[in-house]
Amino acid sequence: METLFYLILTVIKILVIVVPLLMCVAYLTYAERKIIGYMQVRIGPNRVNFSAIPGLRRLRGLGQPIADAFKLMFKEIIFPTNTDLFLFFIAPMLVMAPALAAWAVVPFYEGGWVLADINAGLLYILAMTSVGVYGILIAGWASNSKYALLSTLRSAAQIISYEIAMGFALVGVLMAAGSLNLSDIVAAQKGSLLHWYWLPLLPLLFIYFISGLAETNRAPFDLAEGESEIVAGFHVEYSGMLFAVFFLAEYANMILISTLSAVMFLGGWLSPFEGIISEETWLIGFLAESSFLWLAMKVALFLFVFLWVRATFPRYRYDQLMRLGWKVFIPITLVWIVVLGVAILAKMPPWFA
Amino acid sequence: MKAVKDYIKRLFLWELFKGLKLTGRYLFERKITVQYPDESTPQSHRFRGRHALRCYPNGEERCIACKLCEAVCPALAITIDVAPRADGTRRTTRYDIDLTKCIFCGFCEESCPVDSIVETRVFEYCGEQRADLLMTKQKLLAAGELLEKQLAADRALDRAYR
Repeated sequence: METLFYLILTVIKILVIVVPLLMCVAYLTYAERKIIGYMQVRIGPNRVNFSAIPGLRRLRGLGQPIADAFKLMFKEIIFPTNTDLFLFFIAPMLVMAPALAAWAVVPFYEGGWVLADINAGLLYILAMTSVGVYGILIAGWASNSKYALLSTLRSAAQIISYEIAMGFALVGVLMAAGSLNLSDIVAAQKGSLLHWYWLPLLPLLFIYFISGLAETNRAPFDLAEGESEIVAGFHVEYSGMLFAVFFLAEYANMILISTLSAVMFLGGWLSPFEGIISEETWLIGFLAESSFLWLAMKVALFLFVFLWVRATFPRYRYDQLMRLGWKVFIPITLVWIVVLGVAILAKMPPWFA
Repeated sequence: MKAVKDYIKRLFLWELFKGLKLTGRYLFERKITVQYPDESTPQSHRFRGRHALRCYPNGEERCIACKLCEAVCPALAITIDVAPRADGTRRTTRYDIDLTKCIFCGFCEESCPVDSIVETRVFEYCGEQRADLLMTKQKLLAAGELLEKQLAADRALDRAYR
């Protein structure tokens, strides 16, 4: 009975995390099209709207993600000839599952607002985000297409290269916080805006975020999709709902990377006004309180940068990508870990005092 | 010295931030999209759209079947057959323009000595079968009759330059 209750409770918790997450994913695609459109002096999608609901009639284009979802649901799934159907089917799930599973250890607020408050949270995240690439590899192999195969080769090499820089960036975080538990990492940043780790770990924040772009196959590191060279890369042969799952996983991963950046470098749910204005201040005191909304805002900021970067930069050439990963990022992270070690030994205030 | 400066610039992603600044500025720029079916861009009076055959105000067709348009057409889209009419004038019995061949260069209009064949401002048309895109003499004359006012006004505007 006890076990069953625990099981049901966990399932409810998972739904509470995953359902809003998928809604965010849907509207992230809308935000992406709008923001990139605006940066290209266009206006983006503005036709589909909720005209039945009076209040939402003016918000044109807001129904676009839902219309897209329905379109993809009713499209035919085409299977290429001579493919391994089992692998072909399981690949999108192997991409999607880790993208969602990684959310288990992400804390949303202090005091146990997390599905699994495990001590090796950071390690679990590293493991989960790495597993995602297997889905891409399998998708490319099962597609029986040379474009898809080329794409998976690129993707594998890219993710192996950037995983190392990403891992080192996280080593910096865990050195600073002295813990692998994400809630503890946020707690260690308590104090004020200047106590957050973005300041002592600034190079690592940049490297983590750029590696995150590479990990999620986003522009300017979208060599695996490279529509001008290899059509759409690993998902050329996918259509309908199977394609939609790849699509959702990519955006879920974007939100995950943004959330992790916010939690590890920008103090998660801590308020930026903490320590500047007192919580007892009349009228504006609430600004200093830590809240889930602060986390949401920080995540939105990182997501905006994701889209901004995509609207700005052309794709890296393959050798430039490798050069950046191995010859720039890994040395910088190594040097900064040494610098950080010295700073921690010297108990440098205000972070490591 | 310059090499060191360049290296530092590259390390701190100077050029990339400049690029981000540019796109960031465009985010707030005024949008220039024209919502096509609802709005449209201004059209020139020299616009070269689907063809029409014009008539004189008394209803007599202008075309004298000189076949200059057929000769000048680079896409060979025009086919003309000629025969004398009952009153002895030289007229076309057939005047076809194949819109699937036409490249809308406007040479037919320029070559016409009597301003008969013209290109109108109509560009929103479609056909569900090939025959719909073959402009016969009846269709051309009907289009000319329908749009005569606009056509005459456009030609009047352009008079000084011809």
